[in-house]
Amino acid sequence: MAKSEEDFEDTVWEEKDALIDRIPRSIAMFLLFIIVVGLWDLVTRMGWVSPIILPTPMETLNDLIFVGSNLTSGGYMLSALWTTTLTVFYGFLIAVCIGFSLGVLVGETKFGERAVMPYLVAIDTMPKVAFAPLFIAWLGFDIASKVALAAFIATFPIVVATAAGLYAATENERMLFKSIGATRLQTLLHLKLPTGLPYFFTGLKIAAVGVMAGAITGEFLGGGKGFGALIRQSASQLNTPRVFSLILYLSLLGLALYFTVVWTQKKFVFWNKSGNLSGVN
Amino acid sequence: MSELSNNLKLAPEKMGPVFEIERLTKTFARQNVTALSNVELTIKKGEFVSVIGSSGCGKSTLLKIMAGLLPPTQGRVLLEGQPVRGPSSHIGMMFQQATLLPWKNTVENVLLPISIREGTAAAKKAYDHAVSLLELVGLGGFTKAYPGELSGGMAQRASICRMLVSNPSMLLLDEPFSALDELTRDFMNMELQRICMEKEATTFLVTHSLAEAVILSDRILVMQSRPGRVVEDVSIDLPRPRTLEMINTPYFGEIVAHIRALLAKDGNAANS
Repeated sequence: MAKSEEDFEDTVWEEKDALIDRIPRSIAMFLLFIIVVGLWDLVTRMGWVSPIILPTPMETLNDLIFVGSNLTSGGYMLSALWTTTLTVFYGFLIAVCIGFSLGVLVGETKFGERAVMPYLVAIDTMPKVAFAPLFIAWLGFDIASKVALAAFIATFPIVVATAAGLYAATENERMLFKSIGATRLQTLLHLKLPTGLPYFFTGLKIAAVGVMAGAITGEFLGGGKGFGALIRQSASQLNTPRVFSLILYLSLLGLALYFTVVWTQKKFVFWNKSGNLSGVN
Repeated sequence: MSELSNNLKLAPEKMGPVFEIERLTKTFARQNVTALSNVELTIKKGEFVSVIGSSGCGKSTLLKIMAGLLPPTQGRVLLEGQPVRGPSSHIGMMFQQATLLPWKNTVENVLLPISIREGTAAAKKAYDHAVSLLELVGLGGFTKAYPGELSGGMAQRASICRMLVSNPSMLLLDEPFSALDELTRDFMNMELQRICMEKEATTFLVTHSLAEAVILSDRILVMQSRPGRVVEDVSIDLPRPRTLEMINTPYFGEIVAHIRALLAKDGNAANS
């Protein structure tokens, strides 16, 4: 005989995530931080690693505070940071302008695709840092040679991303524009460029990382008054805590640039909901 | 059955042709392929004509030539007596995908042909017209919605409006609902019929679906491949408005069987 309805409760049950997937972001970040610093503290405290190679977390913290107070009180480090900031800013600006223009040339015209692109690929495969002595020879030891190296490194990802973005419009979309009598310029402005924006911003993010590397490398190799020169100077004095804290402050500059790009992308590419690795895209 | 069809048949023979194609041939020199061979076609005002055939039979090429997107190799292509030598505002097109621009809202997407052809000011003037079109297809409440917020069927309805916004004299549809699920597709086909009747539109439809072609069309051109050519011009004597129930009538079954046999012949030829 079948059981009556009351014999069973509702079949309600919960799907459970594993513990590691349930930790909220702030706690997860804090946890990882504690683990890494704990291990760091352990290896230095136990004397497993020489303090010249790896300072203790406490030494590093003290130096962070020192450098921070120097920066906030307008000391010599602030002017160095400002020099590097300017280098990065100009480098990025030049890279965006040249990269976008070349990207449009390559992505929109057959001539660009056939004639320009092969040379760009050839140059892109060269180790671009090797050009630093040339830039110094051409532009001197001042900020200009560092800007040039930074821009040089950051240009290529923008070219490739812009060109790829211009190819991203589908066959149907192109046919639609053709069928409504759009000119080439209209198709570029109203279809291809907007469609390519997400690609363009991906290129900008890669360029934002590259421009930092270029600026610092330039300062390593060409001296000058930037943060890169300070780092090299501290390293040669075996002041490892200082190197650590300078790198940390420098990373703030990189983060600021990166998230400016991310924020701009969110403003302009509001319709694109792909790429959901939170905090990165 | 035959009594019904005789009484309610459309009488397009009284009106002049909207579209005329004579001895149209298209060869692609690069691949050495004859995509179309000696195609003859006359479409009268208010007529709904479909073309059906296996993939690669040249039906999309035919549509592109009619739209002025591809030049013919030989023959004459006339829209309202004028030769077609490029895209024209008298032609409205619809594609397999809705192809709405995701950064424009629904009404801006509908107005795209006008803003491209005549500029922003003209588009602003046509705003009310676009909204009334959206109301016609049941999207009156979605004028400000972005394509990302529309379902597949709704997006295709918006693209119907975009096709209609410049009041074209000829509609060209390239498998417009084939990306939709079958229930939505049936519904959209009935909507398309209603809109075409309301607008007295002259329509040319490329499709893979036999049932869709029969239920919508006054005439069906059956194409075979290698070289692409029209092998039969089948008239469909079903009264308007057509309903989905007609699919179950013997007449419908006979026509479908007849066309299927023609297509199967081509399939055998292609496989041999």
